[in-house]
Amino acid sequence: MSIAEPRKAAVQPMWFEKIPAGWWALVLILLTMPAWANDFVLFQVMGWTFILGMIALSLMFLAGYGGMVSLIQMSVAAMAGYMVAIFGNSGMGEISMGLPWWLYLPIAVAIAALFGTLVGALAVRTEGIYTIMITLAIAAAFFYFTRQNYTIFNGYSGFNLVVPPPLFGVDWRAPMPFYYLTLGCAAICYLVVVYVSRSPFGLSLQGVRDNPRRMAALGFNVTAHRVAAYTFASVIAAIGGILLAWQNAQIAPGTAGIPAVIDILVIAVVGGITRPIGPFIGALIYVLLRTFSPDVLLAFGLSGERFKLLIGLGFLAIVFFSPDGVLGLWERWRNRRARGQDPLTGEDP
Amino acid sequence: MSLTEQTGAAERLGSVSSGNALELRGVTKMFGALAAIRDITLTVGSGERRAVLGSNGAGKTTLFNCVTGDFLPTSGTIRLFGEDVTRFPAHERIRRGLRRTYQISLLFNGLTVADNVYLACRGVSRGRFSFLRPRENDTLLGRADELIEAVHLAPWCDTSVANLSYGQQRQLEIALALAGAPRIILFDEPAAGLSPTERAELVSILNGLPGHIGYIIIEHDMDVALRVAESVTMMHNGMIFKEGTPEEIENDQEVQELYLGDGHG
Repeated sequence: MSIAEPRKAAVQPMWFEKIPAGWWALVLILLTMPAWANDFVLFQVMGWTFILGMIALSLMFLAGYGGMVSLIQMSVAAMAGYMVAIFGNSGMGEISMGLPWWLYLPIAVAIAALFGTLVGALAVRTEGIYTIMITLAIAAAFFYFTRQNYTIFNGYSGFNLVVPPPLFGVDWRAPMPFYYLTLGCAAICYLVVVYVSRSPFGLSLQGVRDNPRRMAALGFNVTAHRVAAYTFASVIAAIGGILLAWQNAQIAPGTAGIPAVIDILVIAVVGGITRPIGPFIGALIYVLLRTFSPDVLLAFGLSGERFKLLIGLGFLAIVFFSPDGVLGLWERWRNRRARGQDPLTGEDP
Repeated sequence: MSLTEQTGAAERLGSVSSGNALELRGVTKMFGALAAIRDITLTVGSGERRAVLGSNGAGKTTLFNCVTGDFLPTSGTIRLFGEDVTRFPAHERIRRGLRRTYQISLLFNGLTVADNVYLACRGVSRGRFSFLRPRENDTLLGRADELIEAVHLAPWCDTSVANLSYGQQRQLEIALALAGAPRIILFDEPAAGLSPTERAELVSILNGLPGHIGYIIIEHDMDVALRVAESVTMMHNGMIFKEGTPEEIENDQEVQELYLGDGHG
């Protein structure tokens, strides 16, 4: 009893004191980036990183907290992108309905969430590799369906001219506004996931991951919890999908093709699925490799076409040296340093 | 859980309650052609403390699994406080006041002791799907702290379960079963692998439970079983072999042959 009490009696630090200095530095860098980075970095590198990070974050939530590796997240994102094009405006006037933004955005998120929930309801009854297989099968079906269906999804060519609404007189596709838009969405999604992870819902999801049978023996409806996790993750993926459609100004079957579906898994695994920051680290590495590997290859006198080789080798190296991704590397390095500095208490110097 | 909530739950449960906590009628569980338990008929009154004895493979744990709903019986009915729960999923039975512990600890290794117990408290109350973090003065957090203290794990509150000793994990296992308002608890060999001191502690925890909480305990250690139970059911080859008071069972000729005879061949 007396041992436990100081834990509560101690003066609680203010919330901003608990955040390490490194995070403040990161916030400062991200907020001031438009002042010193060029438009290409803002729009193409950082914007894309935040978007892929969000979609991979939805997978991290399912896999890291729920123990469910879902390959449907990219399809859910693309579904949201399609719905924005169909209910909003696009170059395909005969399909797009041209609803106002405050109507088509919630509709798009809701339909994508419903789609993700239905897939989840099918997938949660399976475990491990079978979850991967069933979600991959549905993702493949979604890809072929969108490519062959012309009445709703406009088939092979999809929709072009899918752009954000000119809210407050700002062109949200211009580099700086788009940068802040994606940064804001990514930050909100990240903070919500961090917050929810310690809520009853998030904790019980981790309980379901560790021991579903025991969760049922504690009064939890395990199936309902897993399905709800899919719904929650789908909302995050949907936000990412809408931003992705806006960034490309188009949505087409290839957005959620099998390579794109696999890429999300790679991003999450490379970054690390133990904590919500992992997917964003993975997304940054992926985007940097995707963007600059042709230049690197050309510099060595190789054909720029072979950029996928470099990406593959990069990912292979990370996963080989650290099965739990970049986060795992970072944590091991920190532990080693802490051990070296203070073997008695294990505290950071 | 607030007081009003608690009485509300008690009333709801009371309306379907008869005198018996648990009634099994002709419960059979087949695994393929093998009957793990056969035609078990068993009644446990409210607040009754019953020991289930039997050699390995007698079907004791299968019996527990059928009662908690880990799997459905092949035939027969199970009534919990008068309500037919034979086809209910596990979580619905737990919400009606049934709890259990596992022979091999089933805990949440990625979480701390406090989180484990908090989850157990949350499982049998409302707000399981809440997206809001519990506040500092949350009643369930307080309840979780009490439970942790009750099983003497307070100093390890923030320790990850993976780093607990075996004995501590067994204690935590009991804390999870005590969460909420249990009315009947199934203990599956809680003393297995414990040291003599830990056994004595376990006996004191069990004997210290409020009188309205009944339990069924599977125990190989006759010494423990006979000190914490007021009635004994002896199982053999998936069937009930004998029922009686601890003294009757201890002095029964057939039981002695069954239990002691094995060694002599």
